[in-house]
Amino acid sequence: MTVEIGHYALVLALFVSILQGTVPLIGAARGQHRWMAVAAPASWAQLFTVSVAFAALTVAYVGSDFSVLNVVKNSHTTKPLLYKISGVWGNHEGSMLLWVLILAIFGSAVSLFGRNLPEGLKARVLSVQGLIAVGFLLFILFTSNPFERVFPPPPDGQSLNPLLQDPGLAFHPPFLYLGYVGFSMAFSFAIAALLEGRVDPAWARWVRPWTLAAWSFLTVGIVLGSWWAYYELGWGGWWFWDPVENASFMPWLAGTALLHSAIVAEKRDALKAWTVFLAIVAFSLSLLGTFLVRSGVLTSVHAFATDPQRGVFILILLIIAIGGSFALFAWRGPAIKAGGMFKPVSREGSLLLNNLLMTTATAVVLLGTLYPLFIDALDLGKVSVGAPFFNAAFIPIMIPLVLAMAVGPYLSWKRADLFPALLKLKFVFIASLAAGAMTFSMKEGASVLASFGIFMAVWLGAGTVWEFANRIKLFRASLGESLKRMVRMPRSMWGMSFTHFGLAVAIVGMIGAEAWKVESIQMMKPGETVTVAGWDYTFEGARDVAGPNYAALRASFTVRRTGEDEIFVTLRPEKRVYTVSQRPTTEAAIHTTWLGDLYAVIGDPSEEIKGAFVTRLYFNPLVVWMWVGASIMVFGGLVSLTDRRHRVGAPKRKSGAVPAAAPAE
Amino acid sequence: MSKRLIYLLPLGIFLILAVYFAVGLTKDPRKLPSTLINREVPAFDLPAIQGFDRGFSSQDLMGQVTLVNIFGSWCVACLAEHPFLMELKKNNVIPIYGIDWREKTDGAATQWLERHGNPYTLVGDDRDSRVSIDFGVTGAPESFIVDKKGIVRYKHIGPIYPETWRDTLFPIVEELRKE
Repeated sequence: MTVEIGHYALVLALFVSILQGTVPLIGAARGQHRWMAVAAPASWAQLFTVSVAFAALTVAYVGSDFSVLNVVKNSHTTKPLLYKISGVWGNHEGSMLLWVLILAIFGSAVSLFGRNLPEGLKARVLSVQGLIAVGFLLFILFTSNPFERVFPPPPDGQSLNPLLQDPGLAFHPPFLYLGYVGFSMAFSFAIAALLEGRVDPAWARWVRPWTLAAWSFLTVGIVLGSWWAYYELGWGGWWFWDPVENASFMPWLAGTALLHSAIVAEKRDALKAWTVFLAIVAFSLSLLGTFLVRSGVLTSVHAFATDPQRGVFILILLIIAIGGSFALFAWRGPAIKAGGMFKPVSREGSLLLNNLLMTTATAVVLLGTLYPLFIDALDLGKVSVGAPFFNAAFIPIMIPLVLAMAVGPYLSWKRADLFPALLKLKFVFIASLAAGAMTFSMKEGASVLASFGIFMAVWLGAGTVWEFANRIKLFRASLGESLKRMVRMPRSMWGMSFTHFGLAVAIVGMIGAEAWKVESIQMMKPGETVTVAGWDYTFEGARDVAGPNYAALRASFTVRRTGEDEIFVTLRPEKRVYTVSQRPTTEAAIHTTWLGDLYAVIGDPSEEIKGAFVTRLYFNPLVVWMWVGASIMVFGGLVSLTDRRHRVGAPKRKSGAVPAAAPAE
Repeated sequence: MSKRLIYLLPLGIFLILAVYFAVGLTKDPRKLPSTLINREVPAFDLPAIQGFDRGFSSQDLMGQVTLVNIFGSWCVACLAEHPFLMELKKNNVIPIYGIDWREKTDGAATQWLERHGNPYTLVGDDRDSRVSIDFGVTGAPESFIVDKKGIVRYKHIGPIYPETWRDTLFPIVEELRKE
C-alpha cells in the first residue's frame, strides 16, 4: 500500500512540475501576476509529493518489503539499519529519486528565502527548476521506476554491494547530489536572467550564496568519496582519475570558477556574460556527470547502473537542457552589456586568471575523460586514459593557479601594481623558499617535484595568513585595533582566507601521500617482523570472526617504532566475505598520526606455509592533512555563506534592485 | 558578427559532443577486442626493465612452445603464482616470458624479481600497456600459451596453481610440442 502511495505521489509530482515549469514562465512573459504566483505553491507541492515518494521507498527498505524489485535487488534482512536506509540511494533508481528530492528542496528554498526576489525573476527561476524536475521525473517513471513490484516476492533480498556498505559511502551520494543539484540553482538563475535579458550586480548577489552552498556540499561529497577509496579499496591511493571521480570533479572546477567570477559580476558589474556561461557549464557538467555514470558510455570500476536505454533517454534530456541553454545563451548572451572596465593587473584580472586556468583545467579533465569515447566512436580502437595523462596535463595548470592565488588578494580593484604586491610577499617568498630547500635537503625522499610542491604550499598558506595579518594590521596597529578590524572584517573575506589556507594544507597532504609513500608487499608468517619507514610491524597471526552479515578473516599486527620495545599501536585489518553476495572486501587498518598513516592490509593465505599470508604494509605520509585541509575549505565556504550581505538587505542600487535573498542555510 | 560567433561556440562544441555520445551509446565499452586465440601474437618489441640487458620481441617466441605471463610488482595475485612459476623454471619445464605490466616506478619489478626470484627467460617492460592491450589482457596475472609458429593457443586468467597447470595448461603444452 505504501509503495502505491509512493508511486502515485511520484506521478503527481510530475504533473505538479509540468505546471510549475510552464504557468509561471508564461505568466512572466505576459506580465500576469496570478500566473507567476503559481510558482511558489507549486514548488511546495512538489517538495511534498516527492518527499512522500521518497519516504515510501524508505519505508519499503526499512521494513524489507521484498515485493518491491528495487528492495530485492539491493537489500537484505540481515543488513544493519544504517545500510538499509543508505540502500535507498545506493542504487540507480533510488539515487535518481534522491536527486529529484534534493531538487525539490532547493526549489522550495527559493520560495522560502526568495520573498524579496523580483517577481518575474523568481517565477522564471522556479519555472526552470520545474522543467528540470519534469525531465528527471519522466526519466524515473519511464526507465528507472523504484516502485516496480515483483511477483512472487522472494524470501530475501540480494543485498547491497558490500563495497557500498560503509559509513563514508552512505553519505557520499547525498552530499554529491546536494552539490550537483545545487548548481541547478545557479543554472536556473542564469536561464532566468537570459530570458529577462538583464544581468546586474543584484543578480550576481543572488546567485553567489547558492553556488557557495553547492560548492561546499560538492567538496564534502568528493572528499568523502576520496576518503572511502583510500581506506576501503585497500591500495592506499586516494584519487584515481577514474571517470566517475572526474564526473564529480569537473562541476567542482567549473563551480570554483563560477564562485570567483560571480564576485567580479557582483562587485564590479563586469564578466557578466561569462558568469552566466559558467553557471550553465557548471550545471551541464553535473548533468554530464550523471549521464556518464548512468548510461554506460564509459566503463568505470564503479558504474553501478549501466543501461543503453536509459542512456538514450538521458542523452535526449542533455540535448534539450544543455543544447537548449547554450542556444539561449548564443541568442540572448550578446545583449548582455559589459560593465566596469579593468586593467589586466587588478583584482578583477587575477580573478579572471583564476577563471581561465580553472576552465582550462576543466577542459583538460573533460578531454581526458571523454577521449576513450571519441576514439571508440571513430572506430580507432579501445584506449584508456589514466593518471599519467591527467598528472602531466592537470598539474602544470595548477602551478600558476596556486602561485597567483597568494598574490591575487593583494591586488586592488580596477587597476593595481604587481610589483608592490609582490614586494609585500617577500617574507612569504623567503619562508617558502626555505621550506622548499629544507625538503630538498631531507635525508630520504628528497625530490625536485616534492620540494617545489612544498614551496607552493607554503607560498599559498603563508601568503594567505600574511594577507590576513595585513588586512587586520596585525603588529602595525594596536592589538585592540587589530581585533576590531578582525571583528569587522566581512565573513566573505574570512571565508576566502580559510579556503585558500585549507587548500595549502591539503596540498601538503597530497605531496606527502604521493611523494613519500612507502609500501611493502610480502608473505608473512606469524611472529615475523617487517620494517616499513621506521616502524616494525609484527604479524601476530590471523583468525576468523563473524560480523552481522559477513564472515571475516581478522589479522593482527603489533607496531613498534624501530628499536623500541613498547607497542605503539595494534592494527587489525580484515578481509570480509559478505554472506549473501559472496563478494569479498578488504578492510584496511589505519592508524593516523600527523606525520602519516600506518596502514595495513591482509591478503590471501599462502599455499604452502600454514598460517602465512600475503600482507601489504604502507606508510602514507601526511594523508590526514588532505582531509583537514579539505575540511578547512568547506568551513571557509560555510563562513562565507553567512556573510552579512547574504543575510540582510544589501544597499539599494541605482538599478532599483530589491534586497538580496537569504542563503539556503 | 564575430562577437555573435563566440557566443555560438559553446553550442557548437556541445553539439559535437552530443554526436559522439550518441555514437558511443551504440557501442559496448566492456567488449574488449577479441582475445587472440588461434591468432598470431601481435608484433612487438618490448624494452628491458631496469638492470636487465634486453627485453624481448615477438620474434623471441618463435620456434618453441612458450608461456607468456603478464605480471607486475604491484599485483598481489602474481605473488600467489610466483612460487610455482619458480618451480617451472627450476625444472626447465617451459620457457616463461614475462611482460611487466603497468609498472609505476623504475626498478620496482627488478627489486621484486630479486626478492622473490626470477622465473622468466626474458622480461619486457610494458608500463604503458601497449602490448598488453594488444594481447587483450583484462587483469594480472594472465598467461598465454604460444605455439612454435608464434600463434596464441590458450589464455589463462588469474594465477597458475599446480592443479591448473597439471590439469589444463600442461596437457595443451604437450599437445603443441608434438605439432
